[in-house]
Amino acid sequence: MTAPLSATTGALPIEPGASRELSFAEALREAMGQALEADDRVFLMGEDIAIYGGAFQVTLGLLERFGHDRVMDTPISELGSAGVAVGAALAGMRPILEFQFQDFATLAMEQIVNQAAKIRYMFGGKCSVPVVFRAPTGSGTGGAAQHSQSLEAWYAHVPGLKVVQPSNPHDAKGLLLAALDDPDPVMFFEHKLLYKMKGPVPEAPYRVPIGKAAVVRQGTQVTIVASAIMVSRSLEAAAILAEKGIDVEVIDLRTLRPLDTETIIASVKKTTRLMCVYEGAKTLGIGAEIAAMIAESEAFDYLDAPILRLGGAEVPIPYSPVLEKAAVPQVADIAAAAERLANKRV
Amino acid sequence: MTPTAQDVSAPGEAAPPSDRPANPPRAFSVFSAAELQTALKKMYLIRRFEEAAEDAYQRGLTYGTMHLSIGQEASAVGACLPLGPSDYITSTHRGHGHCIAKGADPARMFAEFSGKETGYCHGRGGSMHIADVENGNLGANGIVAGGIPIAVGAALAIKKRGLPNVALCFFGDGAANEGAFHEALNIASIWKLPVIFVCENNKYAMSTSIERALSVKNVADRAVAYSMPGVIVDGNSLTDMADAVMAAIERARAGLGPTLIESKTYRIRGHSRSDRNRYRTKEEIESWVARDPIDRFEVELIAHGLATAAECLAIREAAEAEIAAAVKFSNDSPLPDAADILRGVHTPAEAKP
Ligand SMILES: Cc1ncc(C[n+]2csc(CCOP(=O)(O)OP(=O)(O)O)c2C)c(N)n1
Repeated sequence: MTAPLSATTGALPIEPGASRELSFAEALREAMGQALEADDRVFLMGEDIAIYGGAFQVTLGLLERFGHDRVMDTPISELGSAGVAVGAALAGMRPILEFQFQDFATLAMEQIVNQAAKIRYMFGGKCSVPVVFRAPTGSGTGGAAQHSQSLEAWYAHVPGLKVVQPSNPHDAKGLLLAALDDPDPVMFFEHKLLYKMKGPVPEAPYRVPIGKAAVVRQGTQVTIVASAIMVSRSLEAAAILAEKGIDVEVIDLRTLRPLDTETIIASVKKTTRLMCVYEGAKTLGIGAEIAAMIAESEAFDYLDAPILRLGGAEVPIPYSPVLEKAAVPQVADIAAAAERLANKRV
Repeated sequence: MTPTAQDVSAPGEAAPPSDRPANPPRAFSVFSAAELQTALKKMYLIRRFEEAAEDAYQRGLTYGTMHLSIGQEASAVGACLPLGPSDYITSTHRGHGHCIAKGADPARMFAEFSGKETGYCHGRGGSMHIADVENGNLGANGIVAGGIPIAVGAALAIKKRGLPNVALCFFGDGAANEGAFHEALNIASIWKLPVIFVCENNKYAMSTSIERALSVKNVADRAVAYSMPGVIVDGNSLTDMADAVMAAIERARAGLGPTLIESKTYRIRGHSRSDRNRYRTKEEIESWVARDPIDRFEVELIAHGLATAAECLAIREAAEAEIAAAVKFSNDSPLPDAADILRGVHTPAEAKP
């Protein structure tokens, strides 16, 4: 897998030491380690995050450095653990709760949606819930229907939550530290296929702002909006299309809520064609929101072709690899769809 | 009645076969020698199935993850021995054994495990979702504790339909810490439903030991809170399991409601394929390898004159051959057609019940 080059992340200042490479998982681990060091209020909770180091080994070694008081294995009790995290956040701590898979956060929907998201507003702004919920997402590992979901859009539908989904190691670290600084609840989604992706990550703590997208490839003919694994897939597709003379711009959303509408609108005004690529089911997914947002915006008048959504198939993620692959957009699908779009006129 | 957990035999110190009481287990008077030999064969089928799955993994032929139940065969087969095809079970991520115990065809299971069109779920489900609905197996489950309330629902349907059946649900010690476990037990108790909760306590939920995760010593202790019997069984003894389930079935059929059975057992292999066994010692694993449930059942069968050593060997060889054929069937089977991906999401109009 090729990491997006730092040079293509445009907006990001590249700090000294940025040539050091870490994997996505290592970048997250470094962010958590630095946060645990810097702030006594920070602690980690989750299933098998201590001795085992987490199902995807993201917290590996943190127990040895910070002990069981700050790297806490929970029983298999997602709803209870989420509520405990919310309560601890209300009472002065800064918990990070890892769900072993995003699918299991559905067991904690009550605390995330009814409590964490609403407490500040319901209480008249009198308190905050500074909690970070981390979760591995997405398909591609043969996890099948209950271990492969991409339900980001569900959370992005809830006022009071922020939803972050990094696409590379640099952003993973910077967004996680930003999420920890944030006084409100942040859903932090990590695509499983990205954990091993390597890329430049500065050692000193830094923040990537929540709510700011990045133009990761400049182009003039088609705008692709993507997040997580779909960013690297879109970049690969863009490289294929470049050889055919089609010039694609790729926007990495980085945050699904709040959505960086400005960056998307500006890009669409320039390219006049928009395609949204996302792994979750196409219907009512994040692409639907982006398409509607553009339809309502000043960019609508600039469109030279109908907006195109390339989302996941309308199925639970199947197990068999042939079906699993067919269930979510792959590089070839993105390239083919973008080519069609580039040649289309209203 | 104030039910409490009865320590039938402390599992940590399960008695070696030679020390077993002289009076035969009840299962030996209820089931014929042929039925008991079939139970032995199912244990061997499970062991071999798991070994074949492991072998496929080691040779890089598998996709996704898998959870092996080697060491837990007595629990699965003993619990299912008193069940008929019209009784329901719900199973877990560690469900290959339950599925075979309930009567599934290992060939279609291996095909599912391998993502083939000929598998029980046409390759849609995989290892963690094998379901054999015709045989009353309402499926393995990727969600810890997900099957517990579903079994209660099946029991509610049994009661509403006036059927003589029961629903039995398997789950692990880790699942007993989910809200679903507590809610399901309470509902089953207040409605006196014919459901049997079988907690397979293999000491660890992934890397988390029961000592670090459970507020009580035994999962069965929790039965008190839901006014049902909590029975602790040596889960490596097939006959102890069968006897406990028979008693629970009688209670359920008499309209007295659910029973919580805690099967004390041990998972010999890692949690899943990515496990590095950092949370337990080699000695502990070896001490449980020495309490092999298949060996124990064989010794028991022979001691009570229900099988000869030669018959046991023949059963084992037959099981090995059956799994070899299952693997071959799977290898020879086609993958699903990607164009067919949408099939199965909804029930076709003409098939609606
Ligand atoms: C709701 C939910 N939370 C977490 C997991 C991840 N997970 C799968 S199996 C497992 C351990 C389960 O332990 P236990 O119930 O004791 O069963 P065992 O694996 O020991 O058979 C965990 C944490 C899951 N599948 N579902």
